[in-house]
Parts: sequence; structure tokens; C-alpha cells
Amino acid sequence: MTQNILVYIDHFQGSPSSASWEAVGAAKTLAGELGASVTAIVVGAGVEAIAKEAITYGADSGVVADHAEFAEFRPEPYADALSKIAAEADVLLFPTSGRTRELAAMVAVDLDTGISPDVVAMEIDGGAVLSTRPIYAGKLLSKVITREKRPQILTLRSRAFPKPDPDDSRSGDVSSADIAPGEILTKVDGYSEAETGVSLSDAAVIVSGGRGVSNNPSLTPPDDITDEKEQEVWRAQAGFKLIGELAETLNAAVGASRAAVDAGYIPYVNQVGQTGKVVSPDLYIAAGISGAIQHLAGMRTAKTIVAINKDGEAPIFKLARFGIVGDLFEIVPALTQALREKLDK
Amino acid sequence: MNIVVCVKQTPDTAATVTVEDGKVSWGDAPLVLNPWDEFAVEEALRLKEAHGGEVTAISLGSEGATEALKQALAMGCDKAILVSDPNFSGLDSLQVSRVLAEAVKKVGEVDLLFFGRASVDSDTGITGSQVARRLGWPALTLVAAIKAIDPGAKTISVERMLEEGRQLVSGPIPAVMSVVKEINEPRYPSFMGIRKASKAEIPVWSGGDIGLTETLESAVTWPEVFAPPKIETQCEFVEGDTPVEIATKLVDRLVEEKVI
Repeated sequence: MTQNILVYIDHFQGSPSSASWEAVGAAKTLAGELGASVTAIVVGAGVEAIAKEAITYGADSGVVADHAEFAEFRPEPYADALSKIAAEADVLLFPTSGRTRELAAMVAVDLDTGISPDVVAMEIDGGAVLSTRPIYAGKLLSKVITREKRPQILTLRSRAFPKPDPDDSRSGDVSSADIAPGEILTKVDGYSEAETGVSLSDAAVIVSGGRGVSNNPSLTPPDDITDEKEQEVWRAQAGFKLIGELAETLNAAVGASRAAVDAGYIPYVNQVGQTGKVVSPDLYIAAGISGAIQHLAGMRTAKTIVAINKDGEAPIFKLARFGIVGDLFEIVPALTQALREKLDK
Repeated sequence: MNIVVCVKQTPDTAATVTVEDGKVSWGDAPLVLNPWDEFAVEEALRLKEAHGGEVTAISLGSEGATEALKQALAMGCDKAILVSDPNFSGLDSLQVSRVLAEAVKKVGEVDLLFFGRASVDSDTGITGSQVARRLGWPALTLVAAIKAIDPGAKTISVERMLEEGRQLVSGPIPAVMSVVKEINEPRYPSFMGIRKASKAEIPVWSGGDIGLTETLESAVTWPEVFAPPKIETQCEFVEGDTPVEIATKLVDRLVEEKVI
């Protein structure tokens, strides 16, 4: 019998994530090996166009659960809908996000099946999907398989699978699953200011700063900052301004080591590492980061790592493709300038 | 308020983790309270201090796996319970969530159930949502702040940290919450707390105690665990007389290698 692969398309208020298209591409690869079809599932309000877009990325067809009450994501009603749609599926793939992690978890309970989150690789083993996922923040990898139960639920890590090019000539049916949400317990009251800049998980380029970012003796804090700790934070923030300028030139996200976050230089959302975000960009520039095991666990899979550090013996250089032993306060602005000239910005 | 915190015992994050004979090994690194769970314990204690009540820490683990619970007690939890049964070893999240949900039911009338955002060993971050689903309570995950809680009216309003920004959500309690690092700064256990915890008798609940005596079958198996391939990089040091020269050379190399 033909296997049936479903891909859940994650969107924020109607904007689909780029990782969703990566998941569609990965589903299509699996479908080729299993002789299966790929159906894109979208739950939301006015989301038919998203299902059609999924077809251009490789889905054979689409199913939407469209209802005004689905406008704002809540895991419970979304899981109710998805569990109905996916009950007979063989494989249910998700792109990994804060939303899909809880959604996939709940659907697994509803359908009494296994789940493998944050998958970075997939292969077919005896007709089932054998996935690979990082554990211990990527210090180790674990293979995971759901042999008997169906659907097999997997959430795919952002940027672990290539994003296909859309093909506007593709066509397929989009049908509507007639599902109305039941009573929804929670209410979204709104959003406070969105985090600014490029998100770490999706970024192709990341520029990160560490503890070393505060070590610029040539900067003199204003007279009204007398506390030594506050002076240090002031220096660090001036340093992160340089990091930010370099990031902006490269359309990159700004990252930080745990030491920099713990010292109060930069918010936790920017933390890369075992207790922060695990990232996998094409280019990772580490400035003033010595390379604690905690940090390396979060960025070691970056394709190209550039390290800038005063200490030529710093562990970060063991992972780096390119290294500069020098003062980041001189190198980083020079790099920003050189890139602006090269990239004509 | 009656608050329960689910905690897990994990190896210290500074541990060098390796694979020996197909199994994960962390050498002689200490086992600790999962660092993410410290934030959950702290938030539970703060709510108790503000509204009264009791905080119970629950951990599912093998016999004698009480380090995390002792740390939770030392921080100030009133009670600790180890859920342990030979039938419960090596379960996947589908079954772990079932065991924890049954244990929470046995605690009685619970207002809030806390989790850390994930455990630093298996790193899945899904158990809280699964337990919420089993209990039929709303899941408020990735909570960065509790904005308001009314134990009388049984309502809560929280700020969650999403990729797109901070989301404000309100709903009823009982609820399940997973918390992120930004929510608080966990306290260090006091000397008295450590003494109290070291003397504490931690009750053990078996499968029979929580009504789970049948064989629990995990849906997921883990055929292999392995170390990631060593990244063979030879660092090419870029040198020059001035920062501008070094920067220009690096940019040229990045372009040559098609990195940018």
C-alpha cells in the first residue's frame, strides 16, 4: 500500500516559516524512497494560499482546516484538528518551532505514537523512518525509530534539510477538512515588542560575541557610571555595537556566549550553546569567545567558522576554518568596512 | 496553592559526554538537578511565598536517583517524591508523560504543574506538553514571566517567549507551565536547606501506587547512540601588519571559498 506522508506547515499569523518548505523538501525525498505521496496540512484562518504554496515546494496535495477561531495559534485546538487529519497517516513531519514542539507532542499523545524532535537526518529502515537527532546539546547523536506505531512523528530542525526551489508550474488539489474547534481554554491577549533583528535559528550567518567584548580599555564610560560592574556592562554594550554592525553588513543574526549573557551584556535570546540555542549557519563568526564546551556544543555544526581572539591558544581555533589572533575592537570594525566595500553596501 | 514541579536528574552540563559500549557515559561527573528545572523550582517557590501553599517535587527515575529531588528540597520544596519502578526504566516520552500524569493525579488537587523547558540530556522539550494533554490542562510553554495569577478565580496570565516575540496568554488553572531562563534567577540552597534535604526521607511511588501495573511499551526505540564525526579543520590563521590588511585578506579568502 502506498504510504502517506503528511507535512504540517507552520505559520505565524498566516506567514509560513521557511523551515516549513525545508520539511516539504525532506518529505518529498522520503516519498521518493518509500513510493509515497506528500500532503501539506495547514491549520489556520484563511490559509488556503499557504497550502497552494506548499504544492509549489513539492507537496502533491494539501488539506486545510480553516476556521476563524484558528486565527491565533493555540496548541490544544490545533492538536485536536491535526489529530483528526493525521489519524491514518504513516509519517507526520513538522518543521521545529516553539509552536510545533508542543503541537507534535500533543498529537503524539492523541494518536498514541512515538515522536522524534529536532531531527537532523533521516533514512529508511525496514519501511520506517530512522531519524538522527542531537542529544546532550549535540555532544552526541541518537538514532530514533518508531517501528510499530503510526504515524511516525518527527520535527525537523531548521536548516538541517535543504530548502527546495519553488516551482510555480506544479499543481495539486487543496481540500478542506471540515473541522470546527471546540471550546478553547486559553486566550492570546497580544504581543509585546517583537525581538528585533534576524532570528538565530533561521540565520545563514551569525556573528557572536563573548566575554572578551567588554575588554576594551580604550573606552571610557561616562562620568555618571561609577559602579565597576556597570562600567564593564557599558564597555560590553559598546563592543556588541561593533558586533551588531558587522552582523548588519552580513544580514546576520547576533549571538553571544553564555558568559556574555550571564554577565548581563546581552539578553538571553541571543545565547548560543547548550543552555541557549543550537545553531547551524553557513558562516559563524566568533569574536572574543574562547570556546567553552558549552558554547561549542551549540555551534559546532556551522559550515564555516571564523574565530577572532586575542589568545591564539583558545579552544575555538580548533573548530575554526579561519582564525585571526588579534584585538577584536580593531579587527571587527575593519572587517565591517572591508565587507561593505566588497559587498558594495 | 498546591504546586507540583517535575524535575529530572541529569549529568552536569560541564561533563564530557562520550559513548562507551554503545551507551552514554559522563565519566565521574556529578548528577545534578537538570539546570532548566532550577527555574521551574524557583518560580514554584516564589508563587508559594506570595500565595501560600505547598510545593512538591516529583522525579521519575531509577532506584536511589534522589540527587535532583534533594536539590529541590534544599532550595525549599516542601516535599519530594521519587516515582520508580523496574517497569518504568528506559521509557520514551509517550510513556514518561503517562507515568507523570498519573503521579500528579495521585498528589491530589493541584493548581499548577511546572516543568523546565527541556532536559539537558535528551533535549526533547516535549514532556510538559504531553503531560498537559493527558491531564486535559492547558499547556503554557516557554513562559518568561507570570504577569498575574488569581488562585481564587483560578486564572493565570503569562508572557511566553516565542521566536516572533513575547506573547501574552491567559487561561484557567490548573495548568501546565514550562519556563525559560528569563523568568527568574534560581536561589542557591541555604545551609539549613541542604541539612534538611540530606536528612529527608524521600518516599518512593511504584507503578502499583499510581495505578500503572501493566507493561508500558515505548513507541520509540533508540538503536544507536554515537559521537558526531570529528570535525577535521585545519585553522588557517590570517595575518597582516594592520587590522585593515587582515580584514581585507579574510574577506578575500571567504569570497574565494564561496562562503560569502
